[in-house]
Amino acid sequence: MTETRFKTLKDLPSDHLLGTGTAMCAGCGGLELLHEVYDILGEKTVFINAAGCMTLLTVYPFTPFRGSWLYTAMASAPAGAQGVRDALDILLASGRMTAAEDLQTVVLTGDGSAYGMGLSATSGAIERGLDFLYICYDNEGYGNTGQQTSGATPHGAGTATNKGSLGFPGYKKDLFAIWAAHHPVYVATVIGAEPLDLARKVELAMHLTGPRLILGLAPCPTGWGYDPEETVKLGKLAVQTGVWPLKEFRDGKVVHTKVPKKRLPIEDYLKRQGRFAHLFVPERNETVLREIQAKIDVYWSAVESLGPDDG
Amino acid sequence: MRVMLTGNAAAAWGARLSGIEYLPAFPITPQTEIIETIAKWVDFGEFNCRVVMLDSEHSMVTAAGAAATTGVRTFTATSSQGLLYGMEMLYTVAGWRAPFVLVNVSRGLASPITLEPDHNDILAARDCGFLQLHCATCQEVVDCILLAYRLAEDSRVRLPVIVNLDGFYLSFTREPVKLPSAQEVAGFLPPFDPQNQGFRAGAPCSQAVAVLGGTAYSYFRYQSHLAALNAETVFTESAALFSETFGRSYQAVESYRCDDAEVVFVMMGSFATKAKAAVDRLRSAGQTVGLLRPLLLRPFPAEAFRRALAGKQGVAIIDQNLSPGFGGILHAELAANLYGHSGCNPVLVSFIGGLGGRDISPEEFFEMVKTTREAIASGSTPPPRLLYTREEFREMKKWQAIALHHSTGEKQI
Repeated sequence: MTETRFKTLKDLPSDHLLGTGTAMCAGCGGLELLHEVYDILGEKTVFINAAGCMTLLTVYPFTPFRGSWLYTAMASAPAGAQGVRDALDILLASGRMTAAEDLQTVVLTGDGSAYGMGLSATSGAIERGLDFLYICYDNEGYGNTGQQTSGATPHGAGTATNKGSLGFPGYKKDLFAIWAAHHPVYVATVIGAEPLDLARKVELAMHLTGPRLILGLAPCPTGWGYDPEETVKLGKLAVQTGVWPLKEFRDGKVVHTKVPKKRLPIEDYLKRQGRFAHLFVPERNETVLREIQAKIDVYWSAVESLGPDDG
Repeated sequence: MRVMLTGNAAAAWGARLSGIEYLPAFPITPQTEIIETIAKWVDFGEFNCRVVMLDSEHSMVTAAGAAATTGVRTFTATSSQGLLYGMEMLYTVAGWRAPFVLVNVSRGLASPITLEPDHNDILAARDCGFLQLHCATCQEVVDCILLAYRLAEDSRVRLPVIVNLDGFYLSFTREPVKLPSAQEVAGFLPPFDPQNQGFRAGAPCSQAVAVLGGTAYSYFRYQSHLAALNAETVFTESAALFSETFGRSYQAVESYRCDDAEVVFVMMGSFATKAKAAVDRLRSAGQTVGLLRPLLLRPFPAEAFRRALAGKQGVAIIDQNLSPGFGGILHAELAANLYGHSGCNPVLVSFIGGLGGRDISPEEFFEMVKTTREAIASGSTPPPRLLYTREEFREMKKWQAIALHHSTGEKQI
């Protein structure tokens, strides 16, 4: 597929499929992302969910989904997708189901499952070439339990388990690279604040066959410590500062889909979030601030030296 | 067709005759031969089924439950550590009311890590919501898998079932097994009817959704319990149809020479065949003893046990498991079942034996009857007895001396 039906913001769906009134927090960047994804994927889907914030979308007897849903457990949503996909294929092959009744098998998890507990099941699903779409809303911590440090927490961020003046001393895992190393059919990063870029990637992903990841940064007002009305602003800053590169992996190559012309300093992004407040007050932690900026600069200079289409 | 089969091959045949369509798999000793046997049939075109290797038993049980709730007949198998690795999902998929069959080949649990059987693995899954059938012979392995699909898929039940067989003693032991023909099986086990379960476009369905608060949670949990209780009636009906179709009869609790028995052994699994042989020897020596063996453990065949034990003086319960700090699990279940029922209050004596495949000798069965008779005479129940011989103790001391010698470098043993 080379032609996108999403050329301008006006081409985005005006019908919104996901129901409202869920238990998600005000300003949830993950829900913003899911709304945009679901509008494009549509109701011919079965969502296979792992334990996380989004588990509370579907609480008996209500669901915001027009299609199907199966909750599994924290570690094994991709294995649930394997069972569902295989069973659908068996039903199709034996004539007990028509092609028109077939569904997209969609895994929906947060970063806690995607970067950590679910990695074994994910790796297995990719190596088997399972035909599924994995949607990860990455809010950079175990958000549903109060933002403890996860494998996706960035360097220096304060969390419920790293409350000290240094925040989390480790570094965010590169899930995009972990997926790409498996050579799946498609991997992309997205963010709800860039809906056109997101729509094109979901549109492309849903028409491919095989393992596919849509990895979305999900600004989290409660976990990151900011006012809910800032979610879109923070999302845009994540892209403009270069901390969340928008890119895709396809046919063995990485392509950056939105390269910021002049990157804003990372401070513009960090200082708006309570989880980084300790880097600014009572005094500026120049060492950590410089380190975070330097890592971003190193990333982008590598991209620029290779050209934006081969980072 | 009468053939010589190991318990594992019998399990593979049970699955094949049941017409399974999907096998999510993961290897573990002593179960592996089951999935290898089925995979080989599929690879060489003898049998049509989708076999998928998962990354763990946790994933395997997830995939099995997901496929069953999507609407295909599903089978899987594991053992021991694998059953426990998948434990979260055993509870989960039972709550999904996913009707499929899982064979567990019993093996002692770590630590210490070992290979030979006891029942702590399967009894750790006692409360997960799966029904449980316990086999004593390779023939029963085939037959119980066929029975298990009828139980699982019945609209009054809709629960997954574990069929248990003991590692090594059944898994790797060849016995003559009568294999029914596909036509005979068709008369007993109709094709899987997914009923209201499944996912398809135009018929959206939310399965396994969260609930908040105890009202909804309790309702669904009670439903699982009541469905499990229904399974006893369904078992009786299915066993009657099984007997009509295949000519072999099964009861929820097998009773061997119990009618006039004063002392009754209670055991489950293949080691109960040792008790059977011991009953014959004890009878030859003038002891009126018998054996009860639950084939159905979940649902617990409460009435059948009470009927069989009414008027008995003493019961020797041999648990091939150990709940540290308590004793035998089957003993506790039986005591709870009999308590407060007048006319059914034998002295219950608890023995622990057969852990990690440890043999139980004929002499020990004689000794257990003696201990039970002493308890009847005194009217008091002794604490659980741990079966162990003087000879074993000496052997163990020798090994300890070697272990100590190597760890301390001492010259003397």
